[in-house]
Formats: sequence, structure tokens, C-alpha cells
Amino acid sequence: MFVLDHVWILPALPLLGAALNGLLGRHWPKRWVDAVGVGATTLAFAAALELVREFARLQPDQIPIIKSFFTWIVAGSFRADFSLQIDQLTIVMILVVSGVGWLIHIYSTGYMAREGGYPRFFSFMNLFMFFMLTLVMAANFVLLFVGWEGVGLCSYLLIGFYFVKKSAADAGKEAFIVTRIGDLGFTLGILLTFWTFHSVDYATVLSAAGQRPIESAGQGVLTSICLLLLAGAIGKSAQLPLYVWLPDAMEGPTPVSALIHAATMVAAGVYMVARFHVLYEHAPLAMLAVAIVGALTAFYSATLGLVQTDIKKVLAYSTISQLGYMFLGCGVGAFAAGIFHLMTHAFFKALLFLAAGSVIHALGGEQDLRRMGGLRKKIPWTYGTMLAAALSIAGAPLLAGFFSKDEILAAARSGPYANIALWALGLAGALLTSFYIFRLVFLTFHGAPRYDERQTHVHESSKNMLAPLVVLAVLSVAGGWVAAPHLVGGTDHFATFLRPVFSASGAAHDGAASSAHQLFQTRSNPFLEFLRAVTGPPVIVALVGFLVAWWFYLLRPQTPKRLAETFHAPYQLLLAKYYVDELYDWMIVRPLVWLSTQLFWRVIDDGAIDGSVNGIARVARGFGDRLRQVQSGNTRSYAAWVVVGAVAFTSFLIWMPWFLRLFPWMAR
Amino acid sequence: MVPISYYVVLSAVLFGLGVVGFVFKRNIITIFMAIELMLNAVNLAFVAFSRAYGQLQGQVFVFFVIVVAAAETAVGLAIIILISRNRQSLNVERVDLLKL
Repeated sequence: MFVLDHVWILPALPLLGAALNGLLGRHWPKRWVDAVGVGATTLAFAAALELVREFARLQPDQIPIIKSFFTWIVAGSFRADFSLQIDQLTIVMILVVSGVGWLIHIYSTGYMAREGGYPRFFSFMNLFMFFMLTLVMAANFVLLFVGWEGVGLCSYLLIGFYFVKKSAADAGKEAFIVTRIGDLGFTLGILLTFWTFHSVDYATVLSAAGQRPIESAGQGVLTSICLLLLAGAIGKSAQLPLYVWLPDAMEGPTPVSALIHAATMVAAGVYMVARFHVLYEHAPLAMLAVAIVGALTAFYSATLGLVQTDIKKVLAYSTISQLGYMFLGCGVGAFAAGIFHLMTHAFFKALLFLAAGSVIHALGGEQDLRRMGGLRKKIPWTYGTMLAAALSIAGAPLLAGFFSKDEILAAARSGPYANIALWALGLAGALLTSFYIFRLVFLTFHGAPRYDERQTHVHESSKNMLAPLVVLAVLSVAGGWVAAPHLVGGTDHFATFLRPVFSASGAAHDGAASSAHQLFQTRSNPFLEFLRAVTGPPVIVALVGFLVAWWFYLLRPQTPKRLAETFHAPYQLLLAKYYVDELYDWMIVRPLVWLSTQLFWRVIDDGAIDGSVNGIARVARGFGDRLRQVQSGNTRSYAAWVVVGAVAFTSFLIWMPWFLRLFPWMAR
Repeated sequence: MVPISYYVVLSAVLFGLGVVGFVFKRNIITIFMAIELMLNAVNLAFVAFSRAYGQLQGQVFVFFVIVVAAAETAVGLAIIILISRNRQSLNVERVDLLKL
């Protein structure tokens, strides 16, 4: 039980790696930097595996394990410890974070090999791992917030990794500031939680919340808390309307996009909602808000992915869309399905980004889909793994993405919080997902080459880049099988594993995820059920999306162009991303800049603050200017002053009684 | 016996002359002499009061004043010699280097 007793080791290892590389990495050869950066995450992943082994031996009543390592803040009745919590949900998140993070670190040793600031990169990546593990292992709201802000910081640092490039520095700032808008709500939510429950520990808060009545009228303190926390999740997980930072975050190096902006950090919002599911289940209005935000984002962002020409931007919009599915899953009460999709998405989206990085690498930095094509034969390993990820995200039967997305859509249609409109939105999003991902694959790997074949020497990536791709490809294909048996009437191992977390509160219904499966489990014939599942609407729309992409980009390559000309206005609207960036610029950024320059800078800063400071100085100076005339340098004038002073003093002494009568207050 | 008021009036007149000379003369040596005149006017008042009241403190004070005045004269004359060497003049209005 070593790791379980000293569970702080998990976040501490990457922190140590970050400190070593950050402080000393500059003086080290690349080999040492690799060893520290990858070594720290390898050890963290190994510790995570050992943790799972020890966790499996625990009795059910020992879970969750909460360990407090030191008292951090005490102020009156407020108390926050550095305490970590291990339960089933944490285990899943730790495995995803440390496992995918480890693979991406290995990949980075190849991808970033020729980049400047190599030790800095690994230092930030390890620091990110530290904060992310803190986030998922925290046992109270305040420590959660530390991790939450810490990953935001690392996101900022890594998006702006190429900080001499203005667009990269701007994107980093944008990510930080836009997320901060949501975090205002998140902070208020934490304060309101403490105000309501007089504690910030999960255990206290969640059990107290479980005792409260369900706020079905849509008003009450739990609804407020949930909506405020949701604001933080919307910012962090790039949902409508705060999603704008994520596409711009693609300015960062590709492994960063894979780790932070696909697999882990952006999923923190989903984790948070699932972690506080007790609060959300007692606030149906907030649940509905989560589901609506998720479904709208899933569909909306998928439409944006249709016409993007930058390979990473397509994947960025895809990530936003998939995060929308996770929110939809949580919002319809299928928390386990949401977390399941989080896990499978971490696999296939990290893989898509890493494979895209491999393509970019092969083409010498080219990211434009219009200048790719025909790479299938030249980089077969990248092609194979990316195809696996594409099939998985599109929801091809029996692949990881199929199971998770299917569960979410099933819960949206027939779960305890079912809503047919949200289900339809999700289904439409699935159609678009299938289309844009195969558009990406076909434009990249099939057809005739559109890059300059004489200038560009296409080459397959090195082994340390391909190995993570292969591992992730296997996970993208097989990662969903833990939940597979429910299709044939068996138990869904994933949902069963998480059930203690999601029903521990004695909430309204027993295990949201399981009810999503009752649809399948109550039927009699397993084979027919299986057939029904793999021919259900999600699979059909995925197939339609695939066929349309195939027809558009392989059979009749002229079709998209003709369509774009025929439907010029809608096409322009999509290409300009619904003018949302312009709208925000016009509605928020410009008024803010105008207000800042015209009022805060010119009037308040220059006028009031500088004016009063300079004004005092000017008065003193003017006074001194008059006074210096006294110092004429003329000896006789000094003599005259002495005489005047002596006369004045003597007169005062002589006529003092008379003075005192004139000013009685001087007598005291 | 000469009444005390005569001495005091004489002392005041001498002091007034000293003040006038101090303020209005330009020659630095004249100014110096005017200061000496003021000091001695005060000495005269001290001695007169000392005798009128039959106490010795006033006369002791006069000795102190004379000693200090001698020291002052020594330093002052040295300064005057330096000024006259540097400026080739004894006019105090030419001694205004500290003027802003």
C-alpha cells in the first residue's frame, strides 16, 4: 500500500521533473533533458499503475480514500488542506492523464527535437502534468481550483511557446483571458459553496447536498452553485459561447494541442461536472443547462469543422464538438458515459493530433489541407493510425468512439433526463463529425499530391514518434471494449466500476449510466440487440457522412468547389466562423479598448492620478520658486533679514500679553 | 552718580548706529566695525546694569563677549584678506557667488 499511503508522489514526480528541467535544463545535453522529462512522467505512470493495483485490493467501504498531507489555509471557520482523494473516478482520470501524457512526452522527444527552448518545453509539460494530477486528485474545492488555474497557466505558457511570433503570444493571452471569464463564475461558485455548506471538502459538501431536496422549481442555492460552476467549465472546456480561444490555441506546438487542448485540460470541465454530480442532480435546471450547452456546442462546432483548411483547426473544432458530447452526456444524467467518452476521446483525439503532427512533420511544417494529398503510400504508419482514430471518432461499430458516443446518444433519447431535441442535435453533430473527419483524411492522404514534390522531401517520422501513435491506435480501437458486453446483454464494466461514485450520494436514481443501458439489458435476444445497436441511427449517420465525404473528395473532387459557388453566402458564413470572432471583437474587445484608452488611461490615469501627483509637485515647485528669491546671495540683504527677524521677535516678547488677549487659544 | 537710563540710551544709540552701518555700508571692513560697535554697545549695557544692581554676572559676561569678539575678529580679518585677494575688492555686493 505504499503508493496509496504516499499518493502525493504522483503529482510530485512531474513537479520535480519540471523544476530540474526548468532550472538546470539549459546547461544539459538533450539526452539528459529527455531522461528527466520523460522519466518523470514514466515514473508517474508507473506509480499510477501501482496505485490501481493497490486500489483493486481495497474493500468497497474503504473507498473513497482521503489523505490530508498538510494544512494549507486556516482562517476562522475556513479550512483548506492539501488533501488528495482517491476513488473510482479519480483512478480513471489519473490513468488517462498520466498514460496519455506519458505517450505524448515520448512523442515530443521526436517532434520537438529540433526546436529551440527544448528544456523549457519539457519543463512546462511536466508542470502541466503536476497541475492536472492535482486537479483530478484534489479532495476539496480550493485545491481543485489550484490545479484548475495551474493547467490554465501551463496552457498559456505552451500556446505562447513560440513567443516571438505575435500570433502565438496573442493566442496565449486570448486563451488565458477568455478562460478567466468563466473562472470568475467558478470562483463565485466555490465561494457560494462555502457560504452554503461552511466547508470546501468534497465529502462534507456532497453529503450535505445529498440531504437537500431536489430543486425542481429551478431556483435555489444549489442551482446557483451549479450554474456558476458550469460557467467555469464552459470557459475551461471551450463550450459555447466561450469556445473562441481553443481554435486559436493551435498556435502552440502539436504535442501541446494533443495533451492540453484535446486529451486532458479541456476535459477538466467535464470531470468537474461529473465530480459534483450530486449537486447537479439536485438542480435539474442546471442539468438541463449542461445538456443544452453540450448539444448546441456539439452541433455548432461540428459545422465549423466542415470548411476549415488548416488541419489542426479542423481537429480543434472537432475537440470542441466532442467536449460538447461529454457535456450532453453529463447533462442527461449519464455521467459514466460522459467520463467514458472523455477517456475514449483522450485516446483518439490525442492520436489525431499526434498523427497530424506527424503529417506536418513529414511535409516540413505544412498545415494547409489544400497543399497535402496522396500521402497514403509515403507515410503508411501515420496513415494507418490516423485512419483508426478517424473511424473511432466517426463512430464506426466496435471502435472506442462508437461505444461512448452511442451511450451518450442513448441516454439523451431514453435516459432519465431524455430530451429528443438534444438527441437530434447530437445525431446531426455525429453526421457532421463523420463528414469532416473523413474530409480531413481524404484531403491529407488520398487523391493526387498538391504539395510541391520537388521541394518537399516527404519522410515517415522517427520511431519514438510512431510508437505512441501505434499504442494510441490500439487504444482507440480497443479502448471501448471495457464497456462492450452491454451490447450483448452483459455488464458494462466501465459503468459498473464508476457506479459507486455516481450513486454514492443516494441520489434520485441509482447510477445514471446504468439506466442508459436498461434499454439494452431488458431485452431478451442478445444477438438481435447487438444488431440493433450497430445499425442504430448513430451508425447510419456516420456511414452517410463517410459516403458524402468519399463522394465529395474522392469520386467528384469538383463538387465542393461547385457547392461553395452555388451556396456562396452560407459557405462564406462558415468560412468566417459565423463572424463570431468579429462579433466579439466589435461587441466586447473594441468597447473595452476604447473605454480603457479614452476613460481609464486618458482621463483617470493621466488626468486624475498623474494629475494629482504632478499637481502636488507643481505646487511645491512654484512655492519653492518664490521662496528661493529670499536667498539673494547678497550679504546685506541677509543682514537686513536678521534685523527684521530680531525686531519681530523682540516686539513679540514685549507685546506678548496683548497678543495673548487677542488670541486667547494661544495662552493654553 | 549718572542714572542708569543714560547708559541704556547711549547703549541703544550705539547699537542702532551699528545696525545701520551693518545694513547700509558696502565696505566689508566698515560692516565688520559696525558689528564690533554693536557688541560693545551690548557690553556697555551689561556693565551699566551690573553696577546698578551690584552684581558681578554682567561683568563676567562682558569678558566672555570680549574673548569671543577677539576670536571673531581674527577669523573675520582672515576671511576679509582672502576676499580682497580673490576679488580685488572689498565691496560686499561683489561677493554673491552663492546667488541662485
